[in-house]
Amino acid sequence: MVIGFDESNQQPVRFLSMEIFVNGAARQVPDNYTAAELVEALGLAGKRVAMEVNREIVPRSDYAAHCLQPADKVEVVHAIGGG
Amino acid sequence: MSKLNDPLVIAGVEYRSRLLTGTGKYQDLEQTRLATEAAGAEIVTVAIRRTNIGQNPGEPNLLDALPPSKYTILPNTAGCYSAEDAVRTCKLARELLDGHDLVKLEVLGDEKTLYPDVTATLHAAEQLVKDGFKVMVYTSDDPIIAKRLEEMGCVAVMPLAGPIGSGLGIQNRYNILEIVQNAKVPILVDAGVGTASDATVAMELGCDGVLMNTAIAAARDPVLMASAMKKAVEAGREAFRAGRMPRKRYASASSPIDGTFF
Repeated sequence: MVIGFDESNQQPVRFLSMEIFVNGAARQVPDNYTAAELVEALGLAGKRVAMEVNREIVPRSDYAAHCLQPADKVEVVHAIGGG
Repeated sequence: MSKLNDPLVIAGVEYRSRLLTGTGKYQDLEQTRLATEAAGAEIVTVAIRRTNIGQNPGEPNLLDALPPSKYTILPNTAGCYSAEDAVRTCKLARELLDGHDLVKLEVLGDEKTLYPDVTATLHAAEQLVKDGFKVMVYTSDDPIIAKRLEEMGCVAVMPLAGPIGSGLGIQNRYNILEIVQNAKVPILVDAGVGTASDATVAMELGCDGVLMNTAIAAARDPVLMASAMKKAVEAGREAFRAGRMPRKRYASASSPIDGTFF
């Protein structure tokens, strides 16, 4: 639901209507929020990451079409140094 | 017919280097990159973690320093204490690496020893092989378990030399020898190597390769130690192929006895 317009970034302001959990932390997001929007909001667009939602892999090619649901548990991971 | 002289073949792919390196515990990504280069490693392990861990925003990514176009990235399941977590981690890694399905499976038993939970490891290996993963599996130096993992379809079996990060060297070389002599898949010593001679001993026993992280990263000069490890693995491999002389109880003169004039 659009509830205004943000002049600073020229984006519609949407009502933060649902709570999801991203990497263990609660996050308020609007309805019909897609995996692609989340990745963008996390500053990870174009980065090499992988996502699972409620323990199911969401392929990168599905991010734009995948709408997150209330209480979804999202994990966004990447590769770091390790043995 | 092999293109390389003495390649390490894992899951049908030939590698020139028999030294596999981890990428943890380095000062920064530049040191990681330099040490990996000095080691001559072609296969490098990485860990899979939440994006808010291990990196500041805007900082270069590990896979920028070690690009998958240049290195075979071997995601590990370090930190997993259950088969379920290990399988989950591998699935995320496969997605992360565009379907690349070579993984290092480790399921740990407890935090003090980081010893593998072999029962859970067997369960995880079974699921991963069924799901199409090419599994390189970290396990104890138990010849029976090593054989089971091979029979299940793991592409390489990687017994520990000693506890992870301990630097204690090969604790039971007769077990490692037994595992090597029974194996039809590559056997790599994984974990416990402390210094160059440990890596050489592993290779002299007939291991197909060595995987290490702390022995390089925790050295005073990691890049120099990486170079030492490269040579140690190569020397051990050549000595194994050359076939060492038999051990004798007493001396045997190297200069002829005949023709002495005194």
